[in-house]
Amino acid sequence: MDVPYTDTARPDTGLYNGKVGIWLFLASEVMLFGALFSAYILLRVGAMDGHWPTGLLDVGPGFINTLILILSSVTVVMAWASLKLNNFKNFKLFQGITVFCALLFVLIKSYEYNSKFTHHDVILTNGMRVDGHLVEETEEFIVLSHPVEYPAEKGIGYRPTAISEAEEHAHEAGDDHHHAEDRKISKEEIDKRTNWGPWANTFFAIYFTLTGLHAIHVVGGALVIAYFWGPGSKLWKTNPERFANRIEVTGLFWHFVDLVWIFLFPILYLL
Amino acid sequence: MSGHSPEEIQKSVKSYLLVFGILIIGTIVTVAVSYFDFGSMSANIIVALIIATFKASCVALIFMHLNAERKTIYMTLGLTWFFFMGLMSLTIWASGDKPNFTVAPNDVRFAVEEATEMDH
Repeated sequence: MDVPYTDTARPDTGLYNGKVGIWLFLASEVMLFGALFSAYILLRVGAMDGHWPTGLLDVGPGFINTLILILSSVTVVMAWASLKLNNFKNFKLFQGITVFCALLFVLIKSYEYNSKFTHHDVILTNGMRVDGHLVEETEEFIVLSHPVEYPAEKGIGYRPTAISEAEEHAHEAGDDHHHAEDRKISKEEIDKRTNWGPWANTFFAIYFTLTGLHAIHVVGGALVIAYFWGPGSKLWKTNPERFANRIEVTGLFWHFVDLVWIFLFPILYLL
Repeated sequence: MSGHSPEEIQKSVKSYLLVFGILIIGTIVTVAVSYFDFGSMSANIIVALIIATFKASCVALIFMHLNAERKTIYMTLGLTWFFFMGLMSLTIWASGDKPNFTVAPNDVRFAVEEATEMDH
C-alpha cells in the first residue's frame, strides 16, 4: 500500500506531505538558530565596555561566501524549474553548480577557521598585548607577523583604535604603505597566550558556534543535493512528479541555509 | 506548485534572475553601508538588519515561493514568528536582570575606582 499524497496534493490543504514536513522542520530550525542569535545578543549587550571585539574577521572571505551562497540559491531553484520544464539536462547542470558552490563555501570557511587558529594573542609581562599570525616558534621565542600592539588594560575592543593610530603615525611619517614589521617575542616576556579559537573570548565562542552549526547544515544539505544530482536522479525516469517534489523540498532547506547566512554575515563580520 | 504551466515557470525564471541581481546589489550595499557611521551603534545595527531583512524577504517570497503558498504553510510560519519573537523578546527583556546583590562587571571597575579614591 502506497503512502497517500506523496506526489499529489491533499484536497484539504493543497499540499503534498513533503512540503508540510519540510516547512515544519524549517520552523524548528528557526528556533534553533534564533536561540543562538539571542545568545549572541545577550553576550554582546552584557559585555564589559570596551571588551567586545570588532574587526577581527576578514570581510573579504565572508563577502565572497555570501555571493557563493546567493548563486547556489539561484541555481537550486533553477534546477527545480528545469524539471518543471522537462529539461533534465539543465537540472543536472544547475544542481551540479549548487553542489560545487557548497564545496567552495566550505573550503573558504576552512581557510577562515585556519587563519583564526594560527592567529595568536599574547599578553606580555610589561602589560602590553600583541596579536598577529604565528610565523615561527622555537623553544625560546615566537614570531608574529602583522602585529597589532596596545595596552592590555584597554581591552580587545581597543584594537581597531590601535590599528588606526598606527596607520596615522605611519602616515605622519610619510609611510602610507606601512606594514608593521614581524614581532619577535621572547617566551620569557609572555604572561598569557592563546590563539583565536572558540576558547579565546565570548565573541569567538559564539562566532564558531554559529558559523560551525551553519557549516554543518551546508555540508548536510550539500550531501542530500549531491545524492539527488547523482544516484537519486534515477527517480526522474520512474516518477518525475515525485522527483520534482523532492528537489523542491531540498531546495527549500537550501534557501533556509542561505537565509541564515544573510543575517550571520553582517552581524558577525560587519557590526 | 506542481500544477504550474511551462509559461508560468518561464515567468518565474525571470523573477529568479531579477532577485539574484537584487541580492548581489544588496550584499554590496550591506558592505558599503558598514563603513558609514549612522550616529550610534543602535542605528548602525538597525540599518544593517533592515537590508538583511529585505534580502531575506526576497529569498523567502520568490525563491521559496512564499508569495503564493497555501494557508497551512502561512499558519505554520505565523506560529513560528510568534515563538521566535517571544524567544528574542524574553532574552532582551532578561538581559538587564541580575540576582539580588549581584555586582555587574562594569560596576566592579567603578566600585574599585571609588574605593581607591576613598583610600586616598
